[in-house]
Amino acid sequence: MALAPNMPKSWRAETKPHKFCPGCGHGLVLKALGECIDELGIQDRVVFGCDIGCSLLSWDFFNTDSIQTHHGRTTPVLTGVKRARPDRICIAYMGDGGGYAIGSQHLVNAASRNEKITTILVNNCNYGMTGGQMAPTSLPGMKTETTPYGRDVELTGNPTQGPEMVAAITPEGAYVARGTIANLRQLRKMIKKALETQINGTGFSFVEALSACPTNWRTNAKDTLHFVEKEMTKYFKVGELKVPGEKEGK
Amino acid sequence: MVDKPIKGEKRYFVTGNEVVAWAALAAGAEIMYGYPITPQNEVMHYWTRLAPKYNRKFLQTEDEISAGFATCGGVLSGARAFTATAGPGNTLMQESMSMAEMMKIPTVVVVQQRGGPSTATVIYSQQEVTMTCFGANGEGLRVVYSTGSHQELYDYTIKAFNTAWKYRIPTFVLGDGYQAKMRESLVMYDPEERGIKMVPTEKIVGKEGMPGVEREPSHLRNTYNTEDELYDVVEKLVRDFWQAAPEIVEHQEFDCQDAEIIVVAHGVVTRAAQAAVKELRAQGKKIGHFRPVTLRPFPREAMKKAIANAKELIVVESAEGQLDKIVKAEIYGCSKPITGYFKPGVGITAEEIVEFINKRG
Amino acid sequence: MAKEYKIALAGEGGQGVQSVAGIIVEAANDVGREALYIPNFGVEQRGGVSIAFVQIADEKIGSPKFKKADIVIALSDRAVRRTAEYVDQRTTFVYDSSIEGVEEALPKNAAKVYAIPAVDVAKNELHPRVFNIIIMGAVIEATKVIDLESAKKAIEKKLGYKFEQDPKLRELNFKALERGIELVRQAGIS
Repeated sequence: MALAPNMPKSWRAETKPHKFCPGCGHGLVLKALGECIDELGIQDRVVFGCDIGCSLLSWDFFNTDSIQTHHGRTTPVLTGVKRARPDRICIAYMGDGGGYAIGSQHLVNAASRNEKITTILVNNCNYGMTGGQMAPTSLPGMKTETTPYGRDVELTGNPTQGPEMVAAITPEGAYVARGTIANLRQLRKMIKKALETQINGTGFSFVEALSACPTNWRTNAKDTLHFVEKEMTKYFKVGELKVPGEKEGK
Repeated sequence: MVDKPIKGEKRYFVTGNEVVAWAALAAGAEIMYGYPITPQNEVMHYWTRLAPKYNRKFLQTEDEISAGFATCGGVLSGARAFTATAGPGNTLMQESMSMAEMMKIPTVVVVQQRGGPSTATVIYSQQEVTMTCFGANGEGLRVVYSTGSHQELYDYTIKAFNTAWKYRIPTFVLGDGYQAKMRESLVMYDPEERGIKMVPTEKIVGKEGMPGVEREPSHLRNTYNTEDELYDVVEKLVRDFWQAAPEIVEHQEFDCQDAEIIVVAHGVVTRAAQAAVKELRAQGKKIGHFRPVTLRPFPREAMKKAIANAKELIVVESAEGQLDKIVKAEIYGCSKPITGYFKPGVGITAEEIVEFINKRG
Repeated sequence: MAKEYKIALAGEGGQGVQSVAGIIVEAANDVGREALYIPNFGVEQRGGVSIAFVQIADEKIGSPKFKKADIVIALSDRAVRRTAEYVDQRTTFVYDSSIEGVEEALPKNAAKVYAIPAVDVAKNELHPRVFNIIIMGAVIEATKVIDLESAKKAIEKKLGYKFEQDPKLRELNFKALERGIELVRQAGIS
């Protein structure tokens, strides 16, 4: 079958259309990633790893070697691959629960060790696959299945500032940024820089992508976009936090 | 070309942890992932001292969850990779080993059992039998070699890599704190020189060629959408496992032929059992000893044959009946009385086995 | 089972019982005997009584630890109390005569109980740092698990690099070994 004109070359046509919900942000992030893989010409070198949660639906998304791992464990699996085979381009793809809750120790330590892998973390403010429970990134006051009266930060803490944390613990040479599906051109640039960081071998690279979960948010198209653009960015500042060769605090 | 770590055959007098490091080197292991836990630490200590000389690698991870999963990653990338752990670390590693079971990842894990439950002691036990054989949400599709001496630690660490890669089954070498920390003699050798061919590894991901163009991409998963889909996968895993089992099972027997009482023991306790049989035979008693070397898969047929003439079995172990449970399940239908001599987390000597048997008259 | 020689060597951290055990088993292994040595170890990195369990035999050795020793050597107050459990009517129990106030704790069931002045000899006659070698001399004389020459060879192997820098150290160590042997003979153990 012929590829649709806007489908990245590295996508696997046989597994499309993909299985994400309508309006889900994963497809957009994975499109940006696919385009970066194409542009950099690394498809034959990529080992793609996806977590548990909605991210697992990307296990056969690309024409790249791919490993679907356990919840939170994509980081160590790809760390294991990279350490054994440094010539591979290892991309760990996960959600906010996988990266900031159950797998947070792996994220923290991979960042501290400056592992030469790329982590792309999709932040949609909730656990999507399990039905919309509170995530580390759920916004204050946000209603989820486990905070039906709204997230009480007194009881549950504040939303995790992932890139800020990763930027604080990575040494010079790492790349850390937060992008959003509301600005795909910028997100693509960030992912590309992250992959280049890995290719250049200067350090850990991390991109959080603000994303949307209309199914669990129970929002229409307009409200979904509003939530991503206006609500989430109140807490999650979009931009680069750390760029190899550039002074921090940019 | 870097020199081989072991050339010729040579007698050594070292600790078991050092034996494991040398065996992994001799087997051609390329990378170890590990996290500190007693009594396994010196496996890492020796490995990190020796590895750079032979172009091998090491990664100290943030915990055993990570060490287990990183080992899976290393193996998937085609490296002969391993890790070592004990007790609570083994508990954490079970998660990754269930993934290895599901995805047929030929990991090698060396376990130096320590006391349990919980943190317990850092010394010794045989309390990680159930966990190592059947841990996590799975069907126990693993190979577990229970060693009893330094020679066996060496032999079976090498063998573990071959079993794992030949059958694509996660493989464990089940030692214990005594074996880890004690010194005794053994002969180290280069496996190839002994005619042991190391089973070649394979890149399971990261293969050559453009995926989707020149070859199919490796798309590996452990998640399935429907019961039927899962059943097909697990049914195949189970079938493969039992098909390989007859080639994998190993056991030893001592004077079982005419024995009225047979002592069943594994791992380091076989040493006490063997000595007890010798002593009791010298006293004119008809005693034998059956030792499963593979606890999983279990040498069921061999055991049934060995105990055919016995009147009674005594299971002796440094755990509260973990081997006992396996034995009873494996020889189901056997009506001979089975008595347990259980010392959870405590070493067992020949003298006490002799005393236990003699007291029973 | 009695063919094995079972030795429990106990003292405070720093008294060198583990290193002595290590040298003895190396020596036994070097002359082709079977040896097995396991230290007691716990969660404490330091502190606590240090015990070395040593077995030497002509055949492969059974379980790594044992319930009762053929000979127990206890080098401190706590070591005397701690090792009582390894004593039965076949055990020779040796302790250092400088340990005070342990009379009531000395095993009543031992075959024989001896005191040797190893601490005193080390301190006043030789040098505190060779205390453990005096003990090594005592062990090999009391058990005959290895001969003097093998013992010297083993010490040379372990400490040779130090001897090269200071040959007097070799003399001191060998003297300590021989004094340890003498102490046992004088006590009438061997």
